Amino acid sequence: MNGNIASELTLGPVLFNWAPERWRDFYFRVADEAPVDVVYLGEVVCYKRAPLFDDVMPEVVARVQAAGKTVVYSTLAEVMSKQERTLVEDVCGCDGALIEANDGSALMRLRGRPHHVGPFVNAYNEGTVAVLARNGARSICLPPEMPKTAIANLCGPAAECGVMTEVQVFGRVPLALSARCYHARAHGRTKDTCQFVCDTDPDGMVLRTLEDRPFLAVNGIQTMSHAFLNLLGGVRELRAMGVSSFRLSPHTCDMVAVARTFRDVLDGKVDIGEGQAQLAALALDAPFCDGFYTGNAGQTWSRAAAQ
Amino acid sequence: MSELRRPELVCPAGTPAALRTAVDAGADAVYCGLQNETNARNFPGLNFAPAELKQSVAYAHARKAKVLLAVNTFPAAGKFGMWRDAIDLAAETGVDAAIVADIGVADYAARQHPNLRLHLSVQAGASSPEAIRFYCEEFGVKRVVLPRMLTVAEIADLHRQIDCEIEAFIFGNIGMMAEGRCSLTHYVTGLSTNMDGVCSPAADVHYEEDTGRTLTTRLGEFVIDRFACGESAGYPTICKGRYSCSAQTEPYYAFEEPVSLNLSALLPELMRAGVTALKIEGRQRSRAYVKSVVSAFRSAVDGLMQGREAAFLSLLTLTEGSRETQGAFAGKRWR
Repeated sequence: MNGNIASELTLGPVLFNWAPERWRDFYFRVADEAPVDVVYLGEVVCYKRAPLFDDVMPEVVARVQAAGKTVVYSTLAEVMSKQERTLVEDVCGCDGALIEANDGSALMRLRGRPHHVGPFVNAYNEGTVAVLARNGARSICLPPEMPKTAIANLCGPAAECGVMTEVQVFGRVPLALSARCYHARAHGRTKDTCQFVCDTDPDGMVLRTLEDRPFLAVNGIQTMSHAFLNLLGGVRELRAMGVSSFRLSPHTCDMVAVARTFRDVLDGKVDIGEGQAQLAALALDAPFCDGFYTGNAGQTWSRAAAQ
Repeated sequence: MSELRRPELVCPAGTPAALRTAVDAGADAVYCGLQNETNARNFPGLNFAPAELKQSVAYAHARKAKVLLAVNTFPAAGKFGMWRDAIDLAAETGVDAAIVADIGVADYAARQHPNLRLHLSVQAGASSPEAIRFYCEEFGVKRVVLPRMLTVAEIADLHRQIDCEIEAFIFGNIGMMAEGRCSLTHYVTGLSTNMDGVCSPAADVHYEEDTGRTLTTRLGEFVIDRFACGESAGYPTICKGRYSCSAQTEPYYAFEEPVSLNLSALLPELMRAGVTALKIEGRQRSRAYVKSVVSAFRSAVDGLMQGREAAFLSLLTLTEGSRETQGAFAGKRWR
């Protein structure tokens, strides 16, 4: 019944520590070439990285907006120290800017003002969505572990509160956050003495089991899936449930190509099988997964949704 | 030296028998959960039927101990009714507080049962004054259970900026990931810590011994650790596992070694920092564990109140880890 509503393609924030020039050039290309409607910008994982992008942020914002895309600023996912709190305060303090809250401190600071809620806030049910909506939430990106049965149950009540629902459909899945930096630990350092060593792994540092099976990917204080989420086969079903926004999480692969594939499948210009072939052609160094969506172990890949 | 206020010793009760044991051993409060997904220790053979909860509240109250009911998981849309029932039961049963994590559950409790005292579970992951104030102002939360990631100095600083009480873990198993924000178990097993209340469920745990008597532990399909003959094998949880990566020449504990938390030597510092409730982990543990740990901390706290020095309580034989740690509490180098 909601099949006719406009489907937005969104680009989540870069979660990794990319060199500022790479970061800038990535967004320039996204601005110019990627068929995405919303671009989330800002440091979500580690407060220490945020100043690295200060110099290039204004030109990135200008280029993205000039291309007719909406900019939303994402806040830190884990907020504890004075520096982390100050960073969230600074981002939330931008007058008129649209902010995505990723923790309770940002929810508090954005109360009474229209805002987005990011996937790091636990919004699993209609009761939570109603509270977030009365505090100003207009769009909520659901936790990545939500199964489709729950997503289907949530979209209607969310729409009744005036909230758009967003679901991540591509990229490594955020699985956990910690106070400890695991990149620093792997290099014999601590969070305070890290020397930004996370910049060596632009898609995350792979952890392998004792059987040498790739398992997880470390990104500073964040732990992610090794497998790449691929819900291309589910986007039409999600749209029918009432999901209005589809989030691509940036990686070093050709994200413009990824965005085009998702846009074309959403628009019915390309069928799902052909779209899957295009994603397979990215030749990622990791398998795909969709298990959370199908209600199974997250690492599994069903392809069922591709039928 | 400032005078110490008598803290509340909050103890685990996985079963009615463990609850009686904890109360008899000197617990000021016990916390427990129902036999379903509404709490974060949803393990087979554990927890309370509604009638057992009623009897247990009567037992505890007759001995001046409080009962706190953990309703601290996150209902997925379509399943909210089970959590609503748990909150209604908490109110009917006369428990002294419900420990909640989900915003929707907290909102329901605050609106439907305004006299039910609410504590914010560690699962809510509220680690800053602003986040804690959100729950206090929205739902009238009276106490926050702090994530196990703050130093004592940071707790003291936090205490000055919030109006609610602070409860902190002092002993037991520690996960390495921020509570309420970890889907690692779900990624491997299909059961979610947040939605189903399980972490590393026993049904998915496998132990395999080879001919050389090397023991491999597995969760689902993934090897978590391996132990030579004679080494004591830990229970396989993903954040305590051994892995390899490009930055290390040998497999290593990428997140943390199998340690458990013991803050017995830091109790006076914690109390001076503004912690008014001291929490012992272990609802999944035996009555013997409950009896030993609760008794030890009861006499430690009583000793402090009588002016005795804090002493490290060696309880290593009771823990799940192979050594004890003060974790994040002792300083920032842990991070």
